[in-house]
Amino acid sequence: MFNFLFKNKVRKYTFSGGIHPKENKHYTEECPIEKLPLPKIVYIPLSQHTGKIAKPILKVGDKVKVGQLIGEADGRISANIHSSISGVVKDLKELPHPLIFSRVLTYVIENDGEDIWEENIKKEFVEKDFSSEEIIEKVHKAGIVGLGGAAFPTAVKLSPPKEKVIDALIINGCECEPYLTNDYRLMIEKPKEIILGALLLKKALEKNSKNIRLIFGIEDNKEKAIEIFNSYKKEYNFEVYTLKTKYPQGAEKQLIKAILKREVPSGGLPFDVGVVVQNVGTAYACYEACYFDKPLFERVITVSGNGIKEKKNLLVRIGTPVKDIVNYCGGYVGEIKKIIFGGPIMGVAIYSEDMPIVKGTTGILFFNERDVLLEKEKDCIRCGRCVEACPMGLLPCELHKFIKKREFDKARDYSLLDCIECGSCAFACPAKIKLVQSFKFGKQEIWKKEKK
Amino acid sequence: MNEKLIVSISPHIRSDISVEKIMWSVVWALIPATIGAGYFFGIRAIVLIIISVVTALISEYICNLIFKREISIFDGSAVITGILLAFNLPPQVPFFIPIIGSFFAIVVVKQLFGGLGYNFLNPALAARAFLVASFPQTMSASYTAPYYGTISGFDTVTQATPLSAIKNTKIMGTPEDLEILLDKATSWESLKNLFFGNVGGCLGETSAILLLIGAIYLLIKKYIDYRIPLSYLLTCFVLSLIILPIKRFPNYHIFQILSGGLILGAFFMATDYVTSPITKKGRIIFGIGCGILTMLIRHFGGYPEGVSFSILLMNVATPLIENYTKPRVFGKK
Ligand code: SF4
Ligand code: SF4
Repeated sequence: MFNFLFKNKVRKYTFSGGIHPKENKHYTEECPIEKLPLPKIVYIPLSQHTGKIAKPILKVGDKVKVGQLIGEADGRISANIHSSISGVVKDLKELPHPLIFSRVLTYVIENDGEDIWEENIKKEFVEKDFSSEEIIEKVHKAGIVGLGGAAFPTAVKLSPPKEKVIDALIINGCECEPYLTNDYRLMIEKPKEIILGALLLKKALEKNSKNIRLIFGIEDNKEKAIEIFNSYKKEYNFEVYTLKTKYPQGAEKQLIKAILKREVPSGGLPFDVGVVVQNVGTAYACYEACYFDKPLFERVITVSGNGIKEKKNLLVRIGTPVKDIVNYCGGYVGEIKKIIFGGPIMGVAIYSEDMPIVKGTTGILFFNERDVLLEKEKDCIRCGRCVEACPMGLLPCELHKFIKKREFDKARDYSLLDCIECGSCAFACPAKIKLVQSFKFGKQEIWKKEKK
Repeated sequence: MNEKLIVSISPHIRSDISVEKIMWSVVWALIPATIGAGYFFGIRAIVLIIISVVTALISEYICNLIFKREISIFDGSAVITGILLAFNLPPQVPFFIPIIGSFFAIVVVKQLFGGLGYNFLNPALAARAFLVASFPQTMSASYTAPYYGTISGFDTVTQATPLSAIKNTKIMGTPEDLEILLDKATSWESLKNLFFGNVGGCLGETSAILLLIGAIYLLIKKYIDYRIPLSYLLTCFVLSLIILPIKRFPNYHIFQILSGGLILGAFFMATDYVTSPITKKGRIIFGIGCGILTMLIRHFGGYPEGVSFSILLMNVATPLIENYTKPRVFGKK
């Protein structure tokens, strides 16, 4: 009799802690991905990934094509860098970087307007079987890194140590940061491509492990995406997990916990519990790298925030400066106060409109005065909201107290190093204490001491 | 480079909750009971509350100046302390009592320890304890009957609050007297008076319903955590089942919950952020501790009611409780 009550009931998974910020995805979730017109000049830093900076292999004055290798991965944890336009290398010098606070060796390439692609990039899709080695090789060559923001070289992630048996590959479609819709649009517009890419990632991992489960984890605010992926799951043999919309659901550890109930040990990696997590955008990039031999020189970003006139999802070439995007999106609204690379909770505020899009840029948010509340810090009132919000089970207010008193050993005993800097605590704090800033500082002090 | 761009560390958005918002909401939540105090005890009650609040604000302001701290009189916390202190005073105390009490609460208990967030005792309760110790006569003899009822809520003769009437009879009366008294005290009529506040007592503690209106608002807004009041009241109720004769169930047990400022204490004083544990488990233990102490003091101790001393004792135990209730760190153990 009450069956109708349960008909639509889907089991939803989650983790403990976390916050519910206003999603603000409605601005762009219905905006199809548009191609940004090619920029006149691109700035391509040689470091866009976790690990060692790539080695430059071109000189000033050299001609380049789209997709041509211009920086070579240096060592095991590093990634190739490719040109994103065709034209001439104008300069190779140290320039400001959007994510790193020092200057980084950067190619300045001027567009010749021809958009000539490397010959070996294929034009058509041909079905094919790849071996694990082939896939890892192609992913490495294409310079693919984690596109969810972390920018860890994907080829490395696909080569876990031999003794680690992997039994699950999770494709992260949570996109738990407010405003961002780039992954969502990709899931809706290119589901099949993402699935093929995910199958390649799975195949790559099968070098050492058999019977790997392929799981898509998607937050329940993306109903359409869940529906689409569910419709493919029989055909391609994967699972779809519906996750509660809660920040930071997309953080690796929280995602694994929610889906598999496994906890990555303190100081450990997903490998340690037999899991690899990849972002949907990364899966798509792998699809392109394997079937088309297309290197990673463009990506989808979300452009949003009150400070920009037209909010969009854009396919942009890596190295495009922010101001080109501002121009394309109709300019600013009001006086712009903050530009953020990434989401509003973990993103990085940049100080110049000349900053280029890099591989790990998921979106750009423009905030005008109304959004940027620079509220004064007050003393902690011990309300415990930070404790409730912390997905890692830490006591943020206590950690902050120790760091303020420079008692770094105490902070360490209270597991400061387990903090994932997700910002949930600072978001929730009514005293507006800059907790994340404090924790970054505290960690640096601990590491400094350790080096000595 | 654009000079106007703000470069700050993440996060770039914050929840819209603030210290002021929380504190002022608590003030609003205390308004029904404040109006109730005026209704039951007359304009004098309102004057006492105003004196207490004004003294708290002036003391806070002077301390801000002396200690060179940011002016904090607008954050609402001093107003709360003022109201709560007055709520814990009998209606007939002379006007100098709230002045001394508020001054003590703000200066000695709060500001000397560093201001909001640093005190380890609840300022209003510590000040009340100070007043009881310094002016025992005044503090115990200043009770009056409310306008529309009697002081005990069930008997015109007795000159004390419901709980102290029982205590006194237990000590001095015969068992028969006690039986008669208990029959009256636990009648539905008496419980009704307790629920609506038509009994003698401190200014703000008498009306359960008016306090609950405010408390429910705070609970819905999540400005107070349900864990402390729930575990506190449940513990009191369960212990009363054990200690008290079952023959008067449930009236006598409900009577325990409604009398002696327990509702005021459980929802508005034990929940004070600064002086209660920050951990979830810690809050439950805190509430249970308050409940055990309250019932022990009431039934075996020298005072008729034990809410304020229990909470103060648990305030002292808070750091210890926190230390043993740290949440499990993700990926450890
Ligand atoms: S930033 Fe660190 S301390 Fe704060 S909620 Fe996230 S993990 Fe916890
Ligand atoms: S949320 Fe802020 S005010 Fe509340 S306990 Fe944590 S640090 Fe203190």
